[in-house]
Amino acid sequence: MRPMALVLKQPSVLPGFGLTLGFALFYFSLIVLIPLSGLFIKTSTLTWSQFVHTVTEPRALASYRLTFGASFLGALINGFFGSVVAWVLVRYRFPGRSIVDALVDLPFALPTAVAGITLTAIYSSNGWIGQYLEPLGLKIAFTPLGVLVALTFIGLPFVVRTVQPVLQDLDKEVEEAATTLGASRWQTVRAVIMPELWPALLTGMAMAFARSVGEYGSVIFIAGNMPLKSEITPLLIMTKLEQYDYAGATALGVVMLVASFLLVLMINLLQWWSSSRHTAR
Amino acid sequence: MSTEIATTVKNEEWKASLTGESTWVRWTLIALALGYLTLFLFVPLAAVFAEALKNGLESYFAPFQDPDTLVAIRLTFIAAALAVPLNLVFGVAAAWAIAKFEFIGKQLLITIIDIPLAVSPVISGLIYVLLFGAQGWVGPWLIEHDIKIIFALPGIVLATIFVTVPFIARELIPLMQSQGREEEEAAFTLGASGWQTFIHVTLPNIKWSLLYGIILCNARAMGEFGAVSVVSGHIRGLTNTLPLHVEILYNEYNAVGAFAVASLLTLLAIVTLIVKTVIERKSGPAQSAHDPAWSPQPGSPS
Repeated sequence: MRPMALVLKQPSVLPGFGLTLGFALFYFSLIVLIPLSGLFIKTSTLTWSQFVHTVTEPRALASYRLTFGASFLGALINGFFGSVVAWVLVRYRFPGRSIVDALVDLPFALPTAVAGITLTAIYSSNGWIGQYLEPLGLKIAFTPLGVLVALTFIGLPFVVRTVQPVLQDLDKEVEEAATTLGASRWQTVRAVIMPELWPALLTGMAMAFARSVGEYGSVIFIAGNMPLKSEITPLLIMTKLEQYDYAGATALGVVMLVASFLLVLMINLLQWWSSSRHTAR
Repeated sequence: MSTEIATTVKNEEWKASLTGESTWVRWTLIALALGYLTLFLFVPLAAVFAEALKNGLESYFAPFQDPDTLVAIRLTFIAAALAVPLNLVFGVAAAWAIAKFEFIGKQLLITIIDIPLAVSPVISGLIYVLLFGAQGWVGPWLIEHDIKIIFALPGIVLATIFVTVPFIARELIPLMQSQGREEEEAAFTLGASGWQTFIHVTLPNIKWSLLYGIILCNARAMGEFGAVSVVSGHIRGLTNTLPLHVEILYNEYNAVGAFAVASLLTLLAIVTLIVKTVIERKSGPAQSAHDPAWSPQPGSPS
C-alpha cells in the first residue's frame, strides 16, 4: 500500500499518467505560469505608494473608464442583439440561415488588426456607413464611439453562442402548456423562456465583457488614441513600454490581470449556476 | 386512417400556433438580427475586399511582390508551424491526464489552462519582455551571449505559443471526459501497449475535435496581433508577421496594400470558418458544436 499515491491519484490500469501530467505541467509552467508570475514580481520592485500613484494617475483612470465603460456597453448591446440573433437562428427558417450561422464566428476567426482597419474604413467620415452618420452629427471613427463599435464587433459571437444551445434544448411542451393555460405569447416569453435563458445570457455577456476589456488590435486603429479621451488601458501599457517605463507598464498590467482573474471567477460561477440549473430539471 | 392523419396534421398546426409568433413579429425579429449582423459582420467582410480591389487587380497584387510582405508571410508560417504542434502535444497530454485519471487539483488545472485566453494580448507580450528584454531578468545574460529573443523570432514564437496554448486542450478535455475510459482500459488489459491504445482506440474517437482544435489554434496563431506586436519591435522585413505588416502598411497610408494583405488573412479566417462548419456537421451537433471556442471561458461546465 502506498497511502500517498492513493491520496494524490486514484489507481488506474491505464498508463501514462506521470508522463502526460508531468509534461503538461512542465510546459504550462514554462510558457504561462512562470512568465506571468514575473509580472507580480516586477511590480513588487515598486513601493506601494509608487504603485498606487501609477495606477491612479488621471490618464490611467480615464483609460479604465473608457475600457470598462465601452466594454460594458458593448456587452449590453450584444446581450440584446445576440439574443435576438440566437432566437432567429434557432426558431426561424429563412434563406441563407446556415451561412449566417457560420459567419457569426467571424470576429473569433478574423485577425484583430484586420477588424481594426476595416471598421475604421467603414465608420470614418467618408466610409460606407460613416458618411451617412456624419450629417447626423455622429462621428464614430477616432472618437470613444469607435472604441464601442470595435468592442461590439469583438464580443458579437459570445452571447449568440451561449444562448443558442439553451434555446435549442428548450422543451417546447412547457411553452405549449403556458399558451394552453391562457398566457399570451409575450407572457410566455417573459415568464417561461427568459428565466431559462438568463444564466446563459449573463455568461455570454460576461465573456464578451472579459474579452473586450483586454482587446487591443481592433481598437487602436479606430480609437484615435487621444490620452484622457480615447485611449484604452492596453494601449497605455503599450505606450509606457515604448517609453521604457517598464515598472509603470507592469503596474497597469497587474491591474488588468487582476480584473481578468475576477472576471474569470465570475464567469465560472455563472457557468456553474447555468449548468446546475440545467441538470436540476 | 386518413382522418387520423388529418387530425395529426391539424394537431401539429395547432401546436405550432401555440409556440409561434405572428408573421410580423417574426419578420421584425429576422430583420433586426440581420440588420445588426449586416452592420457589424457583412459590411466589414465585404469592405476588406472592396478596399483591397479599389484600384484594380494590379495594385491589389503589388504588395505581394514586395519582399517585406514575403518575409512577413514566411514569419507567420514559421510561428504557426512551431506553436501549433507544441500546443498539440500539450493539449493531448493534458487531456489524457485529466480525462483518464482522478487526481487532486484536476478542476484547478482545467480552470488555469484557460488563463491565456483571459489575459490581454498586450500583457501576454509584456511578460516576455520583462523576462527576456534588455532590462529583464535574463536580459543581461542573453546580451552577453549574443542571444536575441525580444525583437526577434524567438520572442514572436513564444508570444504566439502563449496566446494559443489552450485551444487544442479545451476542445479535447470535455470530449475525452465524456467518453470515459472503459474502451482504453479494455484495450490495455487485452495486451495493447499504451501507445497502441492511444493510436487505435482514443485517436479515432477524438479525431474531429482534434482537427477542430488545430484549425482554431492555427487561425489564432497566424492572426495574433497584440502579443506579437509587443515583442516584435516592428522591424520591417525582419520581425513583421502578416498582421503587423498590415499595421505598417496602413500607418504608411498605403491603404490598398494594407487591405490587400488583410484580405489574405480574411481568406484564412473564411477557410477556418468553412472547415469548422464542415467538422461540426461531420461530428454531429453534440461535439463542441456551439462551444465558444475563442472565448476567455474557463474550463468546461461539467
